[in-house]
Amino acid sequence: MMLAMPGCVAGRGWALAPDSNPALDSAQAGGRIGGGARMALEGELAALMAATQGGDAGAYRALLKACLPIVSAIARAQGVRGEAVDDVVQDTLMTVHRARASYDPARPFMPWLRAITQRRAIDRLRRSGRRPREVHDPLAYEAEADPGPEPGQGLEARDRAAALARAVASLPDGQRQAVEHLGLRELSLDETAALTGRSKGALKVNLHRALKALRASLMQERR
Amino acid sequence: MADLARHERLVEDLAGSLEPVRPLQAPALRAALWLGAALLIGLVLASRIDTSGFMLRMGVPDLALAALGAVLTAVGAAVAAFATSVPGRSRAWALLPLPPLALWIGASGFGCLRDWIAPGTGPLHPQEVAGCFSFLVCVSVPLSVLIVVMLRRACPLRPNLTAALGGLAAAAAAAALLMPFHPHDATATDLLIHAVAVVGVIGLNGLAGGRLLGRGVGNG
Repeated sequence: MMLAMPGCVAGRGWALAPDSNPALDSAQAGGRIGGGARMALEGELAALMAATQGGDAGAYRALLKACLPIVSAIARAQGVRGEAVDDVVQDTLMTVHRARASYDPARPFMPWLRAITQRRAIDRLRRSGRRPREVHDPLAYEAEADPGPEPGQGLEARDRAAALARAVASLPDGQRQAVEHLGLRELSLDETAALTGRSKGALKVNLHRALKALRASLMQERR
Repeated sequence: MADLARHERLVEDLAGSLEPVRPLQAPALRAALWLGAALLIGLVLASRIDTSGFMLRMGVPDLALAALGAVLTAVGAAVAAFATSVPGRSRAWALLPLPPLALWIGASGFGCLRDWIAPGTGPLHPQEVAGCFSFLVCVSVPLSVLIVVMLRRACPLRPNLTAALGGLAAAAAAAALLMPFHPHDATATDLLIHAVAVVGVIGLNGLAGGRLLGRGVGNG
């Protein structure tokens, strides 16, 4: 799967194909992405970064979102596990923001991003390595819980997410918006009211009704 | 599972605070700017050069080679410092100043050897020692400050390495600028003073500069 050519969507700024990120995930870290696709991706990210340096917030948003799975994959390839991957993603995005002037638009983007991510991953691993662990005690070492996900947890989570998405999609518009913005995106009431044009009171009522409806439909599905 | 909500909030915050930036110039060009500042210091001091004595000393092969080594070390270390301050550039840039550094140290050491084989200059006067030392430090400090300020504008992911290279560049530039004012051949004492000053400048840059450079990019 390839990224769509970045372009300026009327009134909404830069956009990448919404389903493109999973393709970048392990492919980038494992180096399995095809040569043509890599060149296309490279060119697109470099174009977004160049637009970012010019102050285009839409391009920047699209760039950072496209970078999320790439950064996660590079961090995992460096040996970062569990929640620490998210911390590396956050540290990397912050560094990308501060260091954006150091990117040379005439050069490829990926080596620049990879170098920052690898350094932030190493920093994170060093910090976690300083925490005391009872590695001298074989029993304690064996008994230490693996912070990573259980086998099959990803499949279950995906099934649950699909069921939830179906249930949310079946809600009336007002209730669906309330769940999406307040529940899933964790926006505040004020932000959601500004986005949807509905009053805060209406949003509260819609959220309450939506949760009730979701509970009922998900319980029914489980049976 | 990835904390997408937290990442999206950060993306929105960063996009909201975005301001246009001008991409930095190429490392070699930035190094040239810094070397230009070092040259400016040399021009300011040019009126105090004993030209005939300097030309005479440059006729001695090991002194000329030591001067060439110091100049090339300053150039190589400055280019390496600016190259390593940019993410994605090869770490091999850090090796660039090593050949001229070997020339500088080797030629200076040969000068000492020549002095032992054919003694004639004798040990340096303490006042001369203090003069050389203070010259090296006084020239190194502003050059170090300038290079740290310039390097902070990039993103040194290995701040200690970049700062040490910057320190080497400053120390070598100071040593090269000292040569026209140095009224004698290299001696063991002389070389020791150089070594102490150079290592001191590199070490201080590595310690203080590394922290400054690391802070500059939010070294987590």
